[in-house]
Amino acid sequence: MDLEYSEEHQSFREEVRQFISDHRDEAPGYAPRKPGVNVGITWQKLLIEHGYAARTIPKEYGGFGAEPDLLKSHIIAEEFARGKVTPGHNGDNRLVPTLLELATEEQKQMYIPPTIRGEMNWCQGYSEPGSGSDLASLSTRAHVDGDDFVINGQKIWTSGAKTADMIFCLVRTEPDAPKHQGISYLLFSMDNPGIDVRPMVQMTGDAHFNEVFFTDCRVPTSQIVGKRGEGWFVANATLKHERGGLGDPHAAEARFHEIVELMKQETIDGIRLMDHAVYRDRLLKLQARMLSMKYNGMRVLTHSARGEDAGLPRWIVKLQGCELNHQMASMAIDLMGELGILYDGSPYIRNSGMWQHRYMMDLGLIIGGGTAQIQKNMIGERALGLPKEPKAEGV
Amino acid sequence: MEFALTEEQRLLQDSVSRFLESECPLDAVRKAAESGQTNSESVWSGLTDLGIHGVLIPEEYGGVGLGFLEACLVAEALGSAVAPIPFLGSSIMAPTALLNAGSDAQREAHLPRIVSGQAVFGVGVTEQIGRRETDGVKASDGKLSGKAMFVVDGSDADMLIIADDTGAMHLVDANAGGVTRQKLKTIDRTRSAAEVVLEAVTAEVLPGSSGDREPLRKTIDAGRLILAADCLGAAQTMIDKSVAYAKERKQFNRVIGSFQAVKHMCAEMASQLEPCRSLVWYAAHSVAAIPDEARLVTCHAKAHLAEVGRFVARTSTEVHGGMGFTDLLGLHYWFKRIGFDRQLLGAPELVRQEAAELQGWV
Repeated sequence: MDLEYSEEHQSFREEVRQFISDHRDEAPGYAPRKPGVNVGITWQKLLIEHGYAARTIPKEYGGFGAEPDLLKSHIIAEEFARGKVTPGHNGDNRLVPTLLELATEEQKQMYIPPTIRGEMNWCQGYSEPGSGSDLASLSTRAHVDGDDFVINGQKIWTSGAKTADMIFCLVRTEPDAPKHQGISYLLFSMDNPGIDVRPMVQMTGDAHFNEVFFTDCRVPTSQIVGKRGEGWFVANATLKHERGGLGDPHAAEARFHEIVELMKQETIDGIRLMDHAVYRDRLLKLQARMLSMKYNGMRVLTHSARGEDAGLPRWIVKLQGCELNHQMASMAIDLMGELGILYDGSPYIRNSGMWQHRYMMDLGLIIGGGTAQIQKNMIGERALGLPKEPKAEGV
Repeated sequence: MEFALTEEQRLLQDSVSRFLESECPLDAVRKAAESGQTNSESVWSGLTDLGIHGVLIPEEYGGVGLGFLEACLVAEALGSAVAPIPFLGSSIMAPTALLNAGSDAQREAHLPRIVSGQAVFGVGVTEQIGRRETDGVKASDGKLSGKAMFVVDGSDADMLIIADDTGAMHLVDANAGGVTRQKLKTIDRTRSAAEVVLEAVTAEVLPGSSGDREPLRKTIDAGRLILAADCLGAAQTMIDKSVAYAKERKQFNRVIGSFQAVKHMCAEMASQLEPCRSLVWYAAHSVAAIPDEARLVTCHAKAHLAEVGRFVARTSTEVHGGMGFTDLLGLHYWFKRIGFDRQLLGAPELVRQEAAELQGWV
């Protein structure tokens, strides 16, 4: 155990801090608004130039081209969070790594640079009404007609489909092959004729997700990543990247400190919630879980930085991290008592209804990206070596 | 930044685990428990040969001078094997008290005897955490009077370290006149907790603890951390046994581990316990490396392992079905060990209250 950073990493941290203090005024939320200037895009450009966004993406695709160093990436994330400035992004954390690994040179050139600049936005066309946890059973079909795939079917839970420029989409191209071997991975514009996007209002009242309908939507056959029928294996690379992102222990720690503040400010009968032993005990229980997940994250990071698979400590992050976040939101609601039911800009609402929103959103995150039950299957089967459920006949 | 065990630390734990696998199988634990032994001679002497009693004791006193992370790795192995030996009191709490509060002469007299396994120490601090049956022990003119409950490893001890009502700690010969010891029957027959009644018994104060509660607090912290590590080991073994059983036991022509109901119980246990390992490692590492955080994280390790341990103990028993409830399978030794770890030196609510105080929240 050595929790100190090396000299190289400590001086890297200093550089990042210096950068943030020098350039804070250019970040979204701090920079003055100017007509015709997209602050998000100019900020991202500056971050890529300094290696704080798209850090390990090769220069020829518009990235910074650094050698992978997980600790440096971790330091960047920590310092941007600490400095409360918008961090950079890597385009799309699911798509870009997949393109780098499996796309043709021409596809990489065409899609990676505008994506990491933030000029090309993507949505993910995976889930379908009949194919959620059993994603490989998906039935949106694409048949070949001349030089095009012709797509018919429906996707659901498609985040950001209303605003996306492009979609990376799984479609069934080989209907007679076994289910995992009949899928292809396509990239195409959301401006294509034959695409209808219908927003789905969520329990929070927002409409982040959409249904996407395809009716004879034509996409050139060159828009495939990998070969026909290999789409499942192409997509699995991106699923892996998505799971890594949910249940982030840093977010949980920040959220915990927000609850501490809430308990110091809110009172019942003039007594601070922090001075109520029952509420305080619940806070302490959450603190232990939060710290455990934080240290578990340090353990995973150590393994990943060495290029090793952390195994069980990594498998549990999504399940436990999302559960912890939801428990914290639940506690915050309970701390507010009757005030906890206020919503939608009501008078007396605390923190603009942030906790009410999180309480519902976090349940969505427990379900999304592989439900808690799917996570437990994976932990049971892959980490503990328990046998799979026998397949039902004909599936 | 390396949040991981070193090769040496892994080897240390492996050597203790291997020794316990061969010398302390369930049959041996059962035999000791049934004959009322909480210090199995062969296990004690084998661990002495491995240098385990000196894990925290500096080389100048004959120990190996390692740290709390190593001590926790040993405790985890002992919990995993439900080993009936007085490690907690004699090898951890007593050396911590002596190193933090003992005079040079006291350290020189006692620490080498702990390392060599010649003397077993019991430690009585319960009344300084929370009084129930007794107001504890008073010191006056070098003599101790009163009653100490749940003295750790007290019935196996040759020497006792007893905290008085001011938090000062005293050395007492366990066999001196005026000392009456009664082994308390507890759920966990692999460990010793004793009632010690003292009637004007000659005692020697550990001078550093006179008028300063910090050595006592450090002694309690050390005990709590080791109980957390012991619980981690015991709970991990209960999970391992559940998974092994679920892979082997068949019903409805399938191994039960292929049913999601059972698989998810195993996954839930593993996913709750695994972060606890990092919590224990961090707490142990912080004792020397980040002392400002050590007490708080130790409180959390003690309380959180108690909660997760209870969940695992119950769930693992259920995975085993009716067999889990029998003496024949012996799973209950782990169930009870975890129960003991939970209550001793502060049950979770009490320890969390201390964690709140440490953060200025009370």
